[in-house]
Amino acid sequence: MSANQDGANLLEVRGLTKIFGTLTACDHIDLDVAKGEIHALLGENGAGKSTLVKMLFGTLEPNSGEILWNGQAVTITSPGFAKKLGIGMVFQHFSLFEALTAAENIALSLDDGSPISTIAAKARALSYSYGLPLDPQSLVGDLSVGERQRIEIIRCLLQTPQLIILDEPTSVLTPQEADKLFETLERLRSEGKSILYISHRLEEVKRICDRATVLRHGKVVGHCNPREETAASLARMMVGNDVQAVVRAPARGIETAQPLLEIRALSRKPATPFSIPLRNINLTVRAGEVIGIAGVAGNGQGEFFESVSGEVPQQDAASVRIRGKDAGGLGITGRRLMGAAFVPEERLGHGAAPRMKLSENLLLSRHATDGKVFVGAGGMVKSDAIYAASQRIIEAMDVRKSAPDPEAAALSGGNLQKFIVGRELDRRPDVMVVNQPTWGVDAGAAAHIRQTLIGLARSGSAVLVISQDLDELFEISDAIAVMHNGVLSKPLPIAEATFEKVGLLMGGAEPGHVEHVLETS
Amino acid sequence: MDITVNILLTIATAATPLLIAAIGELVVERSGVLNLGVEGMMIMGAVGGFGAGYLTGSPWIGLLAAIALGAVFSLLFAVMTLSLATNQVATGLSLTLLGLGLSGMMGTSFVGQPGARLPNLDIPGLTAIPVVGRLLFGQDPIFYISIALTAAVMWFLFKTRTGLTLRSIGDSHTSAHALGIHVIRYRYLAVIFGGACAGLAGGHLSLVYTPQWVENMTAGRGWIALALVVFASWRPWRVLAGAYIFGAVWIGQLHAQAFGIPVPSQLLSSLPYLATIVVLVLISRNKRLTMMNTPASLGQPFVPDR
Amino acid sequence: MRLELIKRPQRSMLFSALSPFIAFMLTIIAGAILFALLGVNPLKAFQIYFIEPVSQVWQLHELAIKAAPLILIGVGLSVCYRANIWNIGAEGQFILGGIVGSIIPVLFPQFEGPLVLPLMLLFGMVGGAAYATVPALLKTRFNTNEILTSLMLVYVAQLFLDWLVRGPWRDPKGFNFPQTIQFNDSAILPELMPASGRANWGFVFALVAAVLVWILMSRMLKGFEVRVLGSSPRAGRFAGFGINRMVFFAFMLSGALAGLAGISEVSGAIGQLQPVISPGYGFTAIIVAFLGRLNPLGIVAAGLVLALTYLGGEAVQSALGISDKVARVFQGMLLFFVLGCDTLIHYRIRLIGFATPKLEAAPKLEEVH
Repeated sequence: MSANQDGANLLEVRGLTKIFGTLTACDHIDLDVAKGEIHALLGENGAGKSTLVKMLFGTLEPNSGEILWNGQAVTITSPGFAKKLGIGMVFQHFSLFEALTAAENIALSLDDGSPISTIAAKARALSYSYGLPLDPQSLVGDLSVGERQRIEIIRCLLQTPQLIILDEPTSVLTPQEADKLFETLERLRSEGKSILYISHRLEEVKRICDRATVLRHGKVVGHCNPREETAASLARMMVGNDVQAVVRAPARGIETAQPLLEIRALSRKPATPFSIPLRNINLTVRAGEVIGIAGVAGNGQGEFFESVSGEVPQQDAASVRIRGKDAGGLGITGRRLMGAAFVPEERLGHGAAPRMKLSENLLLSRHATDGKVFVGAGGMVKSDAIYAASQRIIEAMDVRKSAPDPEAAALSGGNLQKFIVGRELDRRPDVMVVNQPTWGVDAGAAAHIRQTLIGLARSGSAVLVISQDLDELFEISDAIAVMHNGVLSKPLPIAEATFEKVGLLMGGAEPGHVEHVLETS
Repeated sequence: MDITVNILLTIATAATPLLIAAIGELVVERSGVLNLGVEGMMIMGAVGGFGAGYLTGSPWIGLLAAIALGAVFSLLFAVMTLSLATNQVATGLSLTLLGLGLSGMMGTSFVGQPGARLPNLDIPGLTAIPVVGRLLFGQDPIFYISIALTAAVMWFLFKTRTGLTLRSIGDSHTSAHALGIHVIRYRYLAVIFGGACAGLAGGHLSLVYTPQWVENMTAGRGWIALALVVFASWRPWRVLAGAYIFGAVWIGQLHAQAFGIPVPSQLLSSLPYLATIVVLVLISRNKRLTMMNTPASLGQPFVPDR
Repeated sequence: MRLELIKRPQRSMLFSALSPFIAFMLTIIAGAILFALLGVNPLKAFQIYFIEPVSQVWQLHELAIKAAPLILIGVGLSVCYRANIWNIGAEGQFILGGIVGSIIPVLFPQFEGPLVLPLMLLFGMVGGAAYATVPALLKTRFNTNEILTSLMLVYVAQLFLDWLVRGPWRDPKGFNFPQTIQFNDSAILPELMPASGRANWGFVFALVAAVLVWILMSRMLKGFEVRVLGSSPRAGRFAGFGINRMVFFAFMLSGALAGLAGISEVSGAIGQLQPVISPGYGFTAIIVAFLGRLNPLGIVAAGLVLALTYLGGEAVQSALGISDKVARVFQGMLLFFVLGCDTLIHYRIRLIGFATPKLEAAPKLEEVH
């Protein structure tokens, strides 16, 4: 693999196709990655980006097409072979082992038999030289998401790859951490490495990428130089048409509106070895407003959602108040009966039972609130009523499906999320708490869901949105609070909030330090 | 003095099959697979070991047969749960039910026959050391194997790269697969190792402990071995300690019955089972600690995307 | 060679219906091989095993007697397994049901009349349910693995029964045989059609229980709760269903049905307590539950099939001199094949031979396992 002309393509992909059952996830994909370039792979959720890179890394086997590495046809049969070729991968869902140390995690992906202590020393040295400090002895389960990503990156770099694939790397980082990552990537480019950068964030692609390949519905729809495009033109290529912009009329008279959801001095001890404690959280959400909670994943958002929803009730009944009444001691059913509704982060397995029909999934959150309508005498389920109600929601939310009443798992992420949100909206709840409303959802569905949440608030409900997606929060929130390490900041009114301010809070800066850092930057 | 040594010797004899079966299952569970068929594999080892020893007259051939039968039987479980992704709990149960039935059928003609006994392997000179001499150096061969096995498994799991890989699969098979580790292949080998150990443990019962064939002669030892793994928090040296504690309980109740202690013999006989429950309660009540120690992918079926 | 599983987008209705039949066919084939190995003509053996035991009316009664406990226990276990709760101690709950249900006829034999039997049945259910509460309590309070505790309690129950019939409950006029007194007539479960055979009301209990549990599971909110908690526990928690309450519900329901089976067996088929009152019904019922696809109506059919394996085992023993353990082997194989065939419902299976490497440039050939 030494005799190559400079400027030639390191990787060429010709007509690569992958079919899952009836779905063509990748349809005759062509892609070139030159030496020493950062190449963007752009596309919406479900466009086929992850499937494509899994084929490049040998975890999925293509149905047809070919891959050329340094001009030579190769069949990448396994990740081991990909690594030997010189392909390194930083996964979106990290492939790390929580019960092992960072050094052991790194050792597992290296094929040499050198002792762990040697590997640890190498990893430490490399991590400091790239400005990504890492303690090789720490247990991965104890690390933050950003630190875990560092392990993935260092692990990848230790294999001295020629091509590094990064799958949505900034989705788990603060804006400041992302800047740091971009510096690292630029340094790698200057060292002659190629980078395949997968993202749906247009601004960062415009900022660091030399070329872009855009995917839509499994097909390549164009190649371009992102620096010559606008965010809007890139978005149009990704989505295929103009996405309806979310409209947010300013909220009026919020200060005097009735508080519908109040959280008072909410604390919680960690429930599992690797979970985050909640520390003295205070927040008020009033009728008519949308409050956003920003934060890097794994800073206690999941624990916070469980506590607010009542999946885990509190000792202190006054720590959560719904419509002016104590709800802290109640379970989720009790809180629903007080007028609250909840949408959890995970769709399959939490918000919906994957192997159950949509109509049965309707019953999941509404068997008690609509008990009379859906459940008859002696606990018999009224299947006609739940079917009719689920069809009503499917229509209202424009849920696309292949059968009249399919299993939840048969729906795409976006359509299932529309159903889950619609299931709660259908009740006209006074309080709505949503965790990651549009995570992994296509742009059209995301805009629809966001607009509905604003609409719900403006019609007089209190809406609390927890999200990792800052763009989303800036689009829909009237104020943004930040969760870091189990502590919630004061909400910043949207007029005062900036990416920098919120980003610093996400990184754990004290609110008082914000101005100072801003001045120097 | 001699009585004490004899009791200690019998404790070791009672503990050895528990230790071997539990060490094997520990490796299986460390790879993320829960094989509830230990009892079935053990009884197959017992009947195979007795049968081969009885028919050939050589307890050593019996020993090999016990190991082989346990391994082959576990292969059945491996094909089902690893290649066909069946429910591990249900498949393990069916392995036990099938093993109890098959062994009963295979053993019909062995009932009441005198079997071959594996002779003690005295290490010359060292047995003369008072007390510990006979305890440590005057035992049956499987005793030495059991101790060596425990040490070897400890070394393998925590000192070798392959052991690290095995533990990583138990922690997250999806991550391991993404790194290109052959999850299914490792698990096959772990399950077969566990089966061989269970077979050996069964062979110990019918070639050393009571050299004869009695239907259902494992009497729940396979299940106790499973409990020992939980009790030991998936650590080999704690399995060793646990096995000897249970060996002591087992021998203690037998001696109490022999001495005619005025307690119903059935109550004494149920002590090992009750002790298992008590021990499980004590070890499991700290939920956080249990979660820390349990291999995270234990019992989850793994089917890679193609 | 290796197998590859390819996930189906939707569960296959075809294989969902066919799988028990395929499994049964495979068991027959494996059984034929087994009989051939034992030196018996498989056709003759099957004739004796599967046909002769049900060729006369009185034999059908025997089939019902064997099927009743299997169905009763299997129906209860299906609720547990649907909830992903692993009660494998039904054998012990069966025994405790038999013991507690026998309190009246053994300790108060002078108490007679129409109240005796209903009370005995009630006691039996309470005994089984109470015994099943132990693993439920340990699981919910101390996070203890219910598989191991419920199983350990089987051994304890067997020893307890052994002690009772050899000790305090032994029939003083029984020539030192380990058994209790014969129950008086009002403590005996009546036969259904005494003219044609011995089958008793236990079989009716089994059918009623199957129908009731079927309604519970398919039509009622409680059944929905069981299915949600079993298939996606987090979704169940999101729905506000309590997992701890479910553990108690499932254990107590299955314990009560196993207890009912126990006392029905004692007061129906046996008529007194003996050291052994079950030929492993509690374990065989696990197979029944899976063969019946955890569906109460399927379990009725599966219970009859497994009852036949018991009768067949006895038949080949007396006719061909083969150990009646062959029944256990058949049962074990059947469960294996059922579990294996169920894979076809969610996956397509692709067989891959020793694939030739597709590329010479590969530095290391990827071996197949």
